[in-house]
Amino acid sequence: MTTDLVPLAFLMFLVTYPSRAIGLLAPGIERLPRRALDYLQLVGPAVLAALAAVSIMVATTDDRPVFTIGLPWLSVAACLALVAWRRNLFIGLAAAVAIAIAGRAAGLA
Amino acid sequence: MDVRTARRRLFVDGLGIIVGAVGFGFVFGLAARTAGHYSAIEAMAMSLVAFGGAAQFAAVGYVASGVAWPVIVVFTGLLNARHILYSAALAPWFRGRSFRERAFAAHLVTDESFALAIAHFRRVGRFDPVGYWYPAIATTLIPWNLATFAGVTIGDAIVEPRRLGIDVIFPAAMIGLAVFLVTGRRELVAAVAGAVIAVLVSLAVSPTVGIIAGGVVGPVVGLIVPASRPATDLPLLEDVTP
Repeated sequence: MTTDLVPLAFLMFLVTYPSRAIGLLAPGIERLPRRALDYLQLVGPAVLAALAAVSIMVATTDDRPVFTIGLPWLSVAACLALVAWRRNLFIGLAAAVAIAIAGRAAGLA
Repeated sequence: MDVRTARRRLFVDGLGIIVGAVGFGFVFGLAARTAGHYSAIEAMAMSLVAFGGAAQFAAVGYVASGVAWPVIVVFTGLLNARHILYSAALAPWFRGRSFRERAFAAHLVTDESFALAIAHFRRVGRFDPVGYWYPAIATTLIPWNLATFAGVTIGDAIVEPRRLGIDVIFPAAMIGLAVFLVTGRRELVAAVAGAVIAVLVSLAVSPTVGIIAGGVVGPVVGLIVPASRPATDLPLLEDVTP
């Protein structure tokens, strides 16, 4: 069993941990101005929506990013609607997966 | 909301994250083995030490394509740069906690743990240890690593993971978590702007840069919109007793 990539995992940790720790460990970060705190409050929705959108709308073909439309749009839209309505992530994810399974069984991409 | 009710809600929401972490972690283990030719030890080192879902997936692609390690490390840093913002947003809630606790908590900051924890802290109006350690360890770290191990060791038995809808779990979990954080007009605008900017920049440059651009510029657009409620979700300095 090879371990060649284990050092790479540690290198990835070395560039990731500081970004995770700087806010929590840097003294006085919470003394940021109100405007900065307002900005930070908006980071979560923006990043999560960005991750979701890129995951379903952008595919990489021949090393080039291309816009894509497919069944995952429907799955993710259903999850969004259900979570907004029922405030329950589990139901949303279950619906998203069920739609994907049913859609692919029906021959959709 | 009282702590008991908020914790109950946290546990239920956490179940959805566990499903997502299991599905996503399993797919990572499977991809690591099939595309990146990782051994089980290598895949587990990624999930335990690097512990960054999107960056781990990207690394599988880079390793498979023969990209040099320094380039992989730089891209990992870029992709995970959003954690600076998460960490800073969590900091006011961790005020007064020990250095050791904050140092360990930092390693477990992820999209999922951040979203669940910050929503919980807002509900109870203060730091609650269960509100951080449950999302960070029980719903993310443990399922992610167990699923990675399962994916890299027994994943070959699943011929087509897409047919089981495993590929939609990650984006669905991300958008579902975003919904919990949309508590007003500004958050909604920031989320929509972040998504649009991310897609446009992804198409023009690369998905890695797009995700960071959406996360950095989206909130700026959100700040242009007048707040629909008093900005009291993050504790002000005078509200927090160390």
